[in-house]
Amino acid sequence: MFQYLIKRLLYSIPILIGITLITFSIMYLTPGKPTDMISDFNAKVTSESKERLIKLYGLDKPWYEQYWNWLKRVAAFDFGSSFKDGRPASQKIIERLPATLLLNILSIILMLIIAVPAGVYSAVNKYSLFDRAATVIAFICFSAPVFWAALMLMIVFGLWLGWLPVSGIVSFEFNELSFLGKTWDLAKHLILPVFVSALGSFAALSRYIRSGMLDVLKQDYIKTAYAKGLSRRQVIFNHALKNALLPLITIIGLSIPGLIGGSFIIETVFSYPGMGRLGYDAVMARDYPVIMGIGVISAFLTLFGNITADLLYSFADPRIRRR
Amino acid sequence: MKKILKNKAALIALIFILFVTAAAVFAPLITPYDPSEQNLPQRLSAPCAQYFLGTDDLGRDVFSRMVFGARISVSVGVFAVLLTVLIGVTIGMTAGYFGGTADAVLMRFTDIVLCFPTFFLILLVIAFFEPGIYSVMIVIGLTSWTGLARIVRAEVLSLREREFVLASRMLAVSRLRLLFVHILPNVISPIIVYAAIGMGGAILTESGLSFLGLGVQPPAPSWGQILMQGKDYIYSAWWLSVFPGIAILLTVLSFNLTGDFLRDILDPKDAN
Repeated sequence: MFQYLIKRLLYSIPILIGITLITFSIMYLTPGKPTDMISDFNAKVTSESKERLIKLYGLDKPWYEQYWNWLKRVAAFDFGSSFKDGRPASQKIIERLPATLLLNILSIILMLIIAVPAGVYSAVNKYSLFDRAATVIAFICFSAPVFWAALMLMIVFGLWLGWLPVSGIVSFEFNELSFLGKTWDLAKHLILPVFVSALGSFAALSRYIRSGMLDVLKQDYIKTAYAKGLSRRQVIFNHALKNALLPLITIIGLSIPGLIGGSFIIETVFSYPGMGRLGYDAVMARDYPVIMGIGVISAFLTLFGNITADLLYSFADPRIRRR
Repeated sequence: MKKILKNKAALIALIFILFVTAAAVFAPLITPYDPSEQNLPQRLSAPCAQYFLGTDDLGRDVFSRMVFGARISVSVGVFAVLLTVLIGVTIGMTAGYFGGTADAVLMRFTDIVLCFPTFFLILLVIAFFEPGIYSVMIVIGLTSWTGLARIVRAEVLSLREREFVLASRMLAVSRLRLLFVHILPNVISPIIVYAAIGMGGAILTESGLSFLGLGVQPPAPSWGQILMQGKDYIYSAWWLSVFPGIAILLTVLSFNLTGDFLRDILDPKDAN
């Protein structure tokens, strides 16, 4: 186990270097210098002070030196100051991170609550009416544009029925509410974004579980279990389910970049104050330090998710460790 | 052919794809109005006999804009997928056939690209270069090849040891000829399936980017962009946000169903 952990961590080092190299090279290769943002809008800037600014930020050095300096700062979690308000980019991102994590964790949970029973039931009752209906729904969910689904739900639940708020994370009077009132207010704001965020991945996930379960049901040990005289229920829940759910760990790990990527659209549509919305605003305002920070942090989160998934998998399934 | 006729969903999907493609190609012949012709007195008109899908905030015909939007969606899809296939197949075949260091380097590179949320990479690139139809095509192509590269690599790895490859090698067939004439035809089915599903994905991504104002720029009409404009009138002019969304949904659904169907007929092993 320990050996596997070390191997897995060593393997992620080149990937970490690659992540920072890609982010850096996108920043380095763009036409124009980051300092142009400061100097171009200031009429008093002389070419001399422009040079001084370039020197100050070390932009006259060769790329590897710039990369090394940038890397050292990133290791200290310093992405520079936001061009917009001069606050440290890392601070701005950390403020927004909990909201995005909350959204994504809740949607993973919702995804599992719907997809696992649906997938297992589909597999056990293959080609039943439920299975067919689930297939159709999964295909539609998978094909619908996320932002459009969000708009339609906003029309139905926000406008026609008036049940749910359609933007933000809390109401204006949030601070005056009691604890229960606060929780309910937050929950009401989260329902639509969480549901929309789970929609696309839930469809794919239930298909994975269905095919995984079908594979397991064909295995010899399932036949053995039946031959032992166990009931169908015992075979499905005690023998098949555990094995069919193993790949879930990996799939959830792999779905992290998709969820973070999806947050950009969902948070923008719902004016949800998370990292995705911050990223979108930063892209629109060409706020490079914030954009770079979000890129590096989301890639790290993904890598961390993948490593955790691999370790959990090897913990749950001893066969993996021996490979 | 018999199988297509038997699978009704796939048949309908294929017909719908042909229908959208035809609309895209013959757009000027089908549309009753010019897509940018403004009729301000009739702005935000609900669907009626004159404008049967209504008009937008500048009095432009939504139906005409959607037909011209099909042009953009389909061409973005086609070029993005071509680029995806080009990159994915090149990397996958090189890694799978040559193995060793080339394989290790290329697959680590694929892992790295996989670590970034695709949508973020796209935003990143668009933030630095001018948004527009060409950057959208290129960016989607540059970010969606990873899955294909892995699939092609795995296929090539198993083909490499097969007898017909060994035989061609002994006959001193050149490497390029071996790769393109002997190996490539054997991995073509997963590539076709990936391309069909990739078309749907590319159309979805394009609409998402245009919806955020980072894709195809006005006045060129695109489905995502009509939705973006419609967002501001969501409570008063529902037709602006409902119809383009349905167009995207049906087109993407058709490509996904076609991809799924192709997987079933091209890979008899998996058919159940």
